[in-house]
Amino acid sequence: MSAFLEFDQVSHAYSQQTVVDTMSFTLVEGEIGCLLGSSGCGKTTVLRCLAGFEPIRAGSIRLAGQTLSLPGHQVPAHARQIGMVFQDYALFPHLTVGDNVAFGLRRWSRAERLRRVASLLDLVGLAGLARSYPHELSGGQQQRVALARALAPRPRLLLLDEPFSNLDVDLRSRLSAEVRAILKQENTTAILVTHDQHEAFAMADRVGVMQAGRLLQWAAPYTLYHQPASRFVADFIGQGVFLPGVVTGPACIETEIGEFCGAVPVPFDVGQRVEVLLRPDDVQHDDASSRKAVVESKVFRGSEFHYTLALPSGRRVLAEVPSHHDHPVGEPIGIRLEMDHLIAFPAH
Amino acid sequence: MPVSSLRWSVTAFLIALLTLVPVLVILSAIASPDPAIVDHLMQHTLPRLLVNTFWLMAGVGLGVLLLGVPLAWLVALYDFPGRRFFNWALMLPMAMPAYVLAFSQLGLFDFTGPFQTFLRERFGDSSWVPSIRSTPGVILVMTLAFYPYVYLLARNAFATMGRRALEVGASLGYSQRAGFLRVALPMARPWIAGGLTLALMETLADFGTVAIFNYDAFTAAIYKAWFSLFSLPTAKQLASLLILLVFVLVWFEQRSRGRRAYTQAGRGGRAARLPLKGVAGWVAAAWAALVLTLAFLLPFAQLCLWAWRAMEGEWTGELLGYVGRSLLIALIAAGLVTALALALAFAVRRAPYGMTPLWARLATLGYAVPGTVLAVGVFVPVAALDNFLIDGLGRWLPEGTTAVFKGTLFVMLLAYAARFLAVGHSAVAAAMYRITRTQEECARMLGLTGWRLVLALHLPLLRGGLLTAVLMVFVDVMKEMPITLMTRPFGWDTLAVRIFSLTSEGDWERAALPAVAIVLAGLLPVILLSRQKESL
Repeated sequence: MSAFLEFDQVSHAYSQQTVVDTMSFTLVEGEIGCLLGSSGCGKTTVLRCLAGFEPIRAGSIRLAGQTLSLPGHQVPAHARQIGMVFQDYALFPHLTVGDNVAFGLRRWSRAERLRRVASLLDLVGLAGLARSYPHELSGGQQQRVALARALAPRPRLLLLDEPFSNLDVDLRSRLSAEVRAILKQENTTAILVTHDQHEAFAMADRVGVMQAGRLLQWAAPYTLYHQPASRFVADFIGQGVFLPGVVTGPACIETEIGEFCGAVPVPFDVGQRVEVLLRPDDVQHDDASSRKAVVESKVFRGSEFHYTLALPSGRRVLAEVPSHHDHPVGEPIGIRLEMDHLIAFPAH
Repeated sequence: MPVSSLRWSVTAFLIALLTLVPVLVILSAIASPDPAIVDHLMQHTLPRLLVNTFWLMAGVGLGVLLLGVPLAWLVALYDFPGRRFFNWALMLPMAMPAYVLAFSQLGLFDFTGPFQTFLRERFGDSSWVPSIRSTPGVILVMTLAFYPYVYLLARNAFATMGRRALEVGASLGYSQRAGFLRVALPMARPWIAGGLTLALMETLADFGTVAIFNYDAFTAAIYKAWFSLFSLPTAKQLASLLILLVFVLVWFEQRSRGRRAYTQAGRGGRAARLPLKGVAGWVAAAWAALVLTLAFLLPFAQLCLWAWRAMEGEWTGELLGYVGRSLLIALIAAGLVTALALALAFAVRRAPYGMTPLWARLATLGYAVPGTVLAVGVFVPVAALDNFLIDGLGRWLPEGTTAVFKGTLFVMLLAYAARFLAVGHSAVAAAMYRITRTQEECARMLGLTGWRLVLALHLPLLRGGLLTAVLMVFVDVMKEMPITLMTRPFGWDTLAVRIFSLTSEGDWERAALPAVAIVLAGLLPVILLSRQKESL
């Protein structure tokens, strides 16, 4: 499939400070992309460049073959047919829900407009609230109105800026699944910006990790988790610790808790010192194992315990253990590693 | 209701009486009109008053919108040469009372003024210049004096949501101009309506400008009825009609909000302003500069020039008397009003249910009531009280006593308190609002109660609000003309009264000195206001 959105070598700066640094990614039509990063990494600026609110310094932005932004030239925001869901929703307080949703449909005929508004409110589960005012709705409902308003004119691309950050955790996970379903049903190409990894993984087909204006990796969530391209991405995505080791073979590394061999060769020379990433789900509890680690602290998560274990060397590993294995702090327990491929980076 | 909250509720009620009594006294004139007076008014004065008032309201209303809204939009959203300066400087006209602007504009643009004199010397003729002593002239002066209300409120509305509103509009396919008309303007409407209402209230309440222009308006007619025709009942009847107009205005403003809750659409503000490049930028700057020059710089320069010339006269010592009386009465009134405002704020805090909030609202209604109306409304019951006292206690009073409270500072202070309580209250209540209930509860749990709680928690946190209240009321009283004029004790002439008597003789030059003093005092709250906005 050919790229629908091409974000090509784009840079952006506020006066002297570079905010987006030669960034590139592409998105296929109908896909949902996500930019993930901590605050200040430049992800919102990327959205604003896409929306046409910010000019770019270098590179180009193309959508469906049409060039939207070049340095010194840009299609104005209102002519891009790109919709946006703002972080604070930015609903119009003086208009009803129905009028908010209809706001971008002024060129449609009245009958079509009414039909579109009704079907969208139905889609987002707010049928019957068309005559309410935004302030009469809950946070989650306002969020859905904002989504419906942005989707109404059938934008070629939908931008979502931290769409769930104002909602509580429960609602957040439920809505992110719902919104993904809605976007897929409308076959909308979308880009989402968030600092919440769960949100990114729940919503997106492709996720990019950003740091200081650079895109470190742009990949499917599974790839990102299991094949992080850099130590930063490995650290940022999911939990885990790094354990020092020495390469002993094409796919084998020796550490203080034994030698592991993965299914895929590691790109290191034999004898090179590396650090291996251990996810909590890589460390299994096994009473039969001769390798012991001492329970240093534990967090009860309901379905499992989250143990922090101290190795004989004093280094710590994390382990997720089914909750019927309840061990007191200070007790040595047996552990076993289980992973099908190794993630390692050169030691520093 | 616990005893303590009952006590607070009663306090609030007593404070509300300050406003309620004069208003009800005036309104009683509608309930029981005197047929002879009404007939006389209908035949001679009323039709002209109503027509004049209509044109004044329509003209000033349109004028302040046309000046205030575009300036607010420019300053809030665009970058052009001098924007940072104009941002606060466009509020400067608030420092100049309308009656000061009125006589300096008259002095500037009348037949004998420098403008027409220049035209005659240069071109030999100035008869084509329309006379400023006309309805459009009054409208123009009041527009220049009152547009800052609309400017200020609209600018804040646009600054907090304008840019974001445009972005939402753009993401839904609206161009910048369509975004302004279809998104930003409707969203800012309640603020614009609020500013417009304030400007129109000032227009209705204005006494000095219409007196100087000899324009027949209600306020001037009330004054004339009382002090030229010595018919207090006629003044009362006229005041009752004026207060009805004010209530219509208040009702209209409340209604225009309707069911819609207006909050800002998003937390914008971070985004940069859009630069106005080249000619557009200079046109914007020139437009703002023209308004500022006409509304403040030019008249103020003229005042200073006159004041400088008048300074050479011998009566500057006399001026000190006016300044002293103005300062004294303004200080006393500011202290009194702030104390009342503090009591009211505490009452609402301690007894937030039941009638207390209603009393607080009624107590602050006085700001909408024109000074001329309040003067009559306060004087009538005080005179009745005096008569009652003299009838009942006559034998204990000195021989020949005709007045107890009448003609004392007490009457003037009552009227000031009713008129300016809202000014003090808004400052104190805003500060009180920032003290959360949990802060109070926390202090209580740490063992602070009663006065110790007030001293340790409230007063330090309210200090800024109290100072603001004192300053705002102080300056408002300094500028106040009709109440002072109509209720002052004999010989108690203040700066504003001095300006009135000098301008009624057309002596602009000598009126300039007290006017400059008032404008300088008036600059204080404007500076305060611009500081506050800067820190937002």
